[in-house]
Amino acid sequence: MFLKNSTPAETIALTTPAEPVKPGAVYPVIEFERVTVRYGKDAGATQALAESSFHIDKGDFIALVGPSGCGKSTILKLVGGLIQASDGHVFVARREVGAADVRIGMAFQNPTLLPWLNIRDNVMLPLKIARPFRDEWRSKRKGEYRDRADALLESVGLRDFGEKYPWQLSGGMQQRASLCRALIHDPTLLLLDEPFGALDQFTREELWATLQALWMERRPTVLLVTHDLRESAFLANRIMVMSARPGRILMDERVDFARPRTLETTYQPEFTSLTQSLRNLIVAARGGMAGHP
Amino acid sequence: MTSVNREKIASAVLIVGVFVLWEVACLLFGISDLVLPRPSQVIVTLWERWPALMPHAVQTLYTTLLGFALGVSAGVLIGLLIGSSRLAYNVAFPLLVGFSSIPKVAVVPIFVLWFGSGTVPAVLTSMIISVFPVVVNMATGLATTEPELEDVLRTLKASKRDILLNVGLPRAMPYFFASLKVAVTLSFVGTVISETVASNRGVGNMMLLASSNFNVPLVFAGLFILAGLGVALYVGFSLIERRVTGWANRKTDFAAG
Ligand SMILES: Nc1ncnc2c1ncn2[C@@H]1O[C@H](COP(=O)(O)OP(=O)(O)OP(=O)(O)O)[C@@H](O)[C@H]1O
Ligand SMILES: [Mg+2]
Repeated sequence: MFLKNSTPAETIALTTPAEPVKPGAVYPVIEFERVTVRYGKDAGATQALAESSFHIDKGDFIALVGPSGCGKSTILKLVGGLIQASDGHVFVARREVGAADVRIGMAFQNPTLLPWLNIRDNVMLPLKIARPFRDEWRSKRKGEYRDRADALLESVGLRDFGEKYPWQLSGGMQQRASLCRALIHDPTLLLLDEPFGALDQFTREELWATLQALWMERRPTVLLVTHDLRESAFLANRIMVMSARPGRILMDERVDFARPRTLETTYQPEFTSLTQSLRNLIVAARGGMAGHP
Repeated sequence: MTSVNREKIASAVLIVGVFVLWEVACLLFGISDLVLPRPSQVIVTLWERWPALMPHAVQTLYTTLLGFALGVSAGVLIGLLIGSSRLAYNVAFPLLVGFSSIPKVAVVPIFVLWFGSGTVPAVLTSMIISVFPVVVNMATGLATTEPELEDVLRTLKASKRDILLNVGLPRAMPYFFASLKVAVTLSFVGTVISETVASNRGVGNMMLLASSNFNVPLVFAGLFILAGLGVALYVGFSLIERRVTGWANRKTDFAAG
């Protein structure tokens, strides 16, 4: 079966060179304990998230799907320590969020590259800012860091574009660069908020493969918010479906297609029926008509 | 390329044309040089009186640049203060708008009252008049960071200072240089006004004396000097702007080269 309910990740190799991990052991890197988020105060408050509890294992690839405005971005912001829970607790790497010493990479629907820096310097920005890299910024930015950025750019097919400026690249290429910026400091946690939302279907599918390859190589824990159900089924090990606002986790499914997945995978009947069932669930959650696209 | 060159040639032709027209019109209608001297007369006057005029020009330039430098420094500081905190921005903005809508000419008498006539009120006027464009532009440039970019930086545990140095300041640069062009022109206006009202030196004062002696060509010579200085300052800062913030002009400029 390709759908199993919340089975621990037995097949996931959590091993990173620095930290050998026993196979089969579960290390939650993110823990939500009855988390509620309200924006605003008192009567005018919007409840974005309602008493949500879930765990995410280290090295897992999670897709968050759900109707618009259900609190997906809110969950990413909580994990990134950008907002605080109104009630409940968010733990990252077993510490209260904020105190946790994790490296986080983030990318959004628009690339948010800095127009005055060339692509390579844009990609290197986290090395200039995040610890421990910043301490050696001066000595390494022309050597090791630069090579690192170039290698990453090459892996997403932007080898010859390091010296170019963002406006000289197409939207898809900028998005690749933005992905490189999110990965350059070897984050253990990758937060992606509809990163491919603004791209055409072909570019998007190309980038699925790129992201999958990068994930398989580095094994960060990924939290991907998306509206594209094929994307979630293609990329994720686990899909969490949320209800309409205030968001709750409606369904939490594992996806066990073999990796690396290819476009062939998406033509399998199991794949199609998975996306179909996700679709029905979300349509029901937003209270719309099932037949409407 | 060619179209840009053609535009430049056209501007030059237009400028020369205006002077020729002026010259011809004066000759044709026999306009007295007590009313409107011909450009050729003005240029001759400029040439003949240059040794006497130059110290005035230098004085005016010096006063303007000093006031401008002070004004820009103050403007940058205030702009940084206001622009780096949303609270400060919201609280201080009404006050700024109030100040900046006072006609700066009106403060000259006050400066004269406090500091006597001479260079000091001219420098101060030139300073006060150039502060506001800089403040407003700096603050706006700093305050408009994309929220998503800020999220990226905050997850990297960037300090306020990191964000200011890596994003805020570079982003504010085009605004800053745009404001310099405006400010230097205004600064110049401030100096001349103050010189006209209360000074015994500078081009403004020289023009006032010349007009009271009915030496109209000399008045116009002063005007030419002011125009020349104004254009030179504007062009200077435009050039600096283009060098420093070429990225903000994007395709239009780069595509040609
Ligand atoms: N800064 C804010 N202030 C007030 N309300 C907010 C704020 N951010 C989000 N909300 C509200 O919280 C709810 C959840 O927002 P969130 O951005 O998490 O939704 P989302 O699931 O990411 O939606 P989408 O799929 O459209 O991006 C929304 O209904 C929104 O109105
Ligand atoms: Mg969102």
